[in-house]
Amino acid sequence: MWRRPLPWLILLAALGCALIPYWTDDVQLREGLLLAAVYVILASNLNLMIGYAGYINFGNIIFFGLGGYISVYLVSEWHWPLPAAAILAGVAVSAVALLFGLGILRLRGAFFALATIGINEAVRQLVTNFEPWGGASGIYLAFDAYEPLGGPMQALWIVYFLVIAVTALSLLLSFAIKNSKFGLGLIAIGQNENAAATLGVPTPLYKALVYSASAVLPAIGGGLYFFKSGIIEPGGAFNLGTSIEAIVMVMLGGPGTVIGPALGAALYEELRGALLTSDIFSHFQLVIAGALLLLIVLFIPGGLMGFIHRRVAWTRRWLE
Amino acid sequence: MIAILASVFDGVLVGAVYGLAAMGLTLIWGVMNVINLAHGAITVFGMFGLYFLATELGLPAYSAVPIAIVCGFVAGVALYWIAVHRIIGRPELMSLLATFAVNMMLVGIGTALWTTSPFNVPVSLPGVTWEGYTFTGTHMMAAVLAVVIAGLLYVFLHHTRVGKAVRAVADNRGAAELSGIPTAQMLALAFGLGIALAAVSGTLIATMFPFTILSGEAYQLKSFVVTVLGGLGNPAGALIGGIALGLIEGIATRFMPLSWIPIIEFGLFVLCLLAFPRGIFAPAKA
Repeated sequence: MWRRPLPWLILLAALGCALIPYWTDDVQLREGLLLAAVYVILASNLNLMIGYAGYINFGNIIFFGLGGYISVYLVSEWHWPLPAAAILAGVAVSAVALLFGLGILRLRGAFFALATIGINEAVRQLVTNFEPWGGASGIYLAFDAYEPLGGPMQALWIVYFLVIAVTALSLLLSFAIKNSKFGLGLIAIGQNENAAATLGVPTPLYKALVYSASAVLPAIGGGLYFFKSGIIEPGGAFNLGTSIEAIVMVMLGGPGTVIGPALGAALYEELRGALLTSDIFSHFQLVIAGALLLLIVLFIPGGLMGFIHRRVAWTRRWLE
Repeated sequence: MIAILASVFDGVLVGAVYGLAAMGLTLIWGVMNVINLAHGAITVFGMFGLYFLATELGLPAYSAVPIAIVCGFVAGVALYWIAVHRIIGRPELMSLLATFAVNMMLVGIGTALWTTSPFNVPVSLPGVTWEGYTFTGTHMMAAVLAVVIAGLLYVFLHHTRVGKAVRAVADNRGAAELSGIPTAQMLALAFGLGIALAAVSGTLIATMFPFTILSGEAYQLKSFVVTVLGGLGNPAGALIGGIALGLIEGIATRFMPLSWIPIIEFGLFVLCLLAFPRGIFAPAKA
């Protein structure tokens, strides 16, 4: 995979995103990039489901939220170091997703989509009723939780570098899967599940595996993000709206491509920022996101990258 | 004992309305293989329709029922041509996304119009008291209306020429087209009917319970549970499934806090999907 140009481009871009705000000491730029990076993590991992396997996951945000909860809980109650807590959160959430996926992914297509809508609500209610995690009011991190990283100021920079690293990993994972036998199996499932099964793709297993794989990095990202926020509560952690925005980002950028979702996430984040600051549009954010999604689905189902690939053929070799 | 019987009976009444809502979902799914994720938002618009007509205009509450049916039908046909027609026959992902986009827009517009605070439409209807338990009049009226509307739908689908044409399109679109049925119009009609059912069930629910613009989510989940219980694409099964869900809810609320209900419903939903993919009450298919 390292003989292709794209992984190097990804690493270069990540390095740039990490170093430029650090050298210029631009905190505002860092916060903007951090938010965009979180969106890229969500969109890129969701793309493994939507773009490759053709399975929509309306509850993708629960990975992010659960990862955040586990990690914040470990840091605040058991005083684990942040990286260990975040990695354990990733492993735990992914294991739960695998178990759950083996059961639920026997469901085909639309039935699975219906189940994922319900699961978002069910997990939020479960956590709201779960007292060790603070119930409805959530968990607050004490100020001294930032001490092991050298105080709050330095902790923010460290979290930022870690988030950028997770973002780069997300894109590399997406690239690696797309160019593997596993990825080919997923794409076959996305195009025709019956035909894929006939040709020997173990479809329930592959679906469960990709469901689980799409959970690891968002869970780690959630752990980092909520550590930085210092507070986690059910409404913010399992916000169905964010799940949906991630879907819009994937569709906007181009499902089934490696950099499409990242592009979509960056574009959507810019667009949202512009809409939020305008008086008229701030109330209609959801309406505009919905209209955008509808237009893409009806008229350019390949998204931005699909559109570019169709027009400019040479981009297919460089930007997958 | 009587207390449990009373809550069971009330559950059945409310369940009939859930069944009506699910019928709209299952009709659209059965006829055109589209899962309408705007279902919950439409239900909520039915609720606010009642609020607008009864509270703001001062009309009698139940006059909102025919108005919801007519407006829902017109809106449904329009929605079909705008958002659904182009994705008929494309992968399921696309129809899910398109109807979901409609859902987002409706919820967004609703939030801008009415905020997310709760609304309540007081409808006074005398109840029946028996052994110290009162059965609310609005619950009984809603159940009766739900059953009547469901009956009308059944008569339409099975005993009119147009209704038979809709069923023919559901069975085999190509063959229906060859027999001279204008299939696209029939799909639009079926979508309109499905939306009308969602809207009117919202109106009926609003006579019973308070609601917010975000209530649609919960009722949509209920509709899915009912649809899965009754068998996707099976309107008669939806009514039975609705009553079954109402029963379960009626009994469950006596034994556990209200906030656990969505978890029970979701668990039931997944279990049903896994154990009975065609629905518990679905007729055995040859």
